[in-house]
Amino acid sequence: MDYAVSGSIFTVLVFVCFIGIVMWAYSKKSKKRFDEAQNLIFDDEPQTNKQESKLDE
Amino acid sequence: MSDAIQVHPEYNYKVVRQFAVMTVVWGIIGMTVGVFIAAQLYWPALNFDTPWLTFSRLRPLHTNAVIFAFGGCALFATSFYVVQRTSQVRLFSDKLAAFTFWGWQAVIVLAAITLPMGITSSKEYAELEWPIDILITLVWLAYIINFFGTMIIRKVSHIYVANWFFGAFMITVAVLHIGNNMAVPISLTKSYSIYAGAVDAMMQWWYGHNAVGFFLTAGFLGMMYYFVPKQAGRPVYSYRLSVVHFWALISLYIWAGPHHLHYTALPDWTQSLGMAMSVILFVPSWGGMINGIMTLSGAWHKLRTDPILRFLVVSLSFYGMSTFEGPMMAIKTVNALSHYTDWTIGHVHSGALGWVAMVSIGSIYHLIPVLFNRERMYSTHLINVHFWLATIGVVFYIVAMWMSGVLQGLMWRAINADGTLTYSFVEALEASKPFYLVRFIGGVLIVIGMLIMAYNCYRTIKGDLEETVDNKALQTA
Repeated sequence: MDYAVSGSIFTVLVFVCFIGIVMWAYSKKSKKRFDEAQNLIFDDEPQTNKQESKLDE
Repeated sequence: MSDAIQVHPEYNYKVVRQFAVMTVVWGIIGMTVGVFIAAQLYWPALNFDTPWLTFSRLRPLHTNAVIFAFGGCALFATSFYVVQRTSQVRLFSDKLAAFTFWGWQAVIVLAAITLPMGITSSKEYAELEWPIDILITLVWLAYIINFFGTMIIRKVSHIYVANWFFGAFMITVAVLHIGNNMAVPISLTKSYSIYAGAVDAMMQWWYGHNAVGFFLTAGFLGMMYYFVPKQAGRPVYSYRLSVVHFWALISLYIWAGPHHLHYTALPDWTQSLGMAMSVILFVPSWGGMINGIMTLSGAWHKLRTDPILRFLVVSLSFYGMSTFEGPMMAIKTVNALSHYTDWTIGHVHSGALGWVAMVSIGSIYHLIPVLFNRERMYSTHLINVHFWLATIGVVFYIVAMWMSGVLQGLMWRAINADGTLTYSFVEALEASKPFYLVRFIGGVLIVIGMLIMAYNCYRTIKGDLEETVDNKALQTA
């Protein structure tokens, strides 16, 4: 297999992978877990970050 | 330090504190060396005819200090902090964390000794000789084990996106560092690369551009994905976009290196491939930038009162600007004008000072009160002063370099009707000279800002709090 053919196959494969990732990221099934992950940064603070609460008043 | 009551007693904040403080210290040192060599370009006598003070030796000292000492400490501090907070668990190993801190400081001190002595492997951004390279590798492995170990023992089910970026940055930097620094030692202070010719050049810029892409981008994007939403008090604009952003960015960056070698002995197809991949890179870069900035949508008013948030958001604006400029400069026809000119220096600094430094500074301002259990930074007013000094300084710097660079490019390529060059090199240098003064002034403003930051951090750590912000603002206005 010469370089042009293997290169083309690789390009198509990467493109398919990328489309797969986009479909996975935006699928309804992933929504819940991503919403949970999104809020992880606020999950470990009871009333610790005063700067935050001051800003949010 | 130890008398402060811990906010999160279960976390290892000691190593984060150490790295956060050293970020400020190395920032001042690295940027001061930068200002000094900028002054040398305007007043060449400043090398005092001393070999250790020549531009060629101090320039790698400057780049190593700001990238690996300042940027590195900021990355260590924030990644160790973020991985603990978002995994809700203490660092995997305190001993490895301490080794990482002291090992990295040793690397920096060794760099500061060997580079002015002229001990160098002469690979840009990888100048350090082989014994130091081995120490870096060990420190880095300890860092990787500790970081991933912490994620493995996490108490939550998800891995927050910032950790994905930090993780990618660590693994890739390990591969790049080992790959590019393969060398045959002939003595303790001298080695020769195992690569030669065009292969050596390609390896070097595969390393060099991915040092930009992973050390200076992916790592700092990890910082952005934690500190921007945290400081804004709202979750990131789109988590789904951040997932696509991650995979697109890490799969594309690795191919962009050849754009540093346009019109060289590198095979033409490699140059074209590097150009195409660099142009495509614009898309994930802007996806991430928009994701960060849009996190503030509906909360823009916070920018009026919060200079820390201003640092973070302006850093994203500079990121957007330099990731537009970069792909453009990677296009061969544009590169024909820009390459080897000051335009490149301007581009690097809009990324390094505008994006990397500002996002680090914003994150450190966020971190210091949390780490030392203070209500807030000593003075919000001084953060604001720092913000304006940094912003104006960067603008001075990059505008001067743009003008100087385009001027150089045009003068170098100008030819007379008979095919001879219109200008000699010295004529182009003379034309650039005024811009070097402007660049120096921009640099001075940035260093003054960093000194103000150091003072502000010192007072915060000491436990002082400015009486009232408005009161102080009136006094100094």
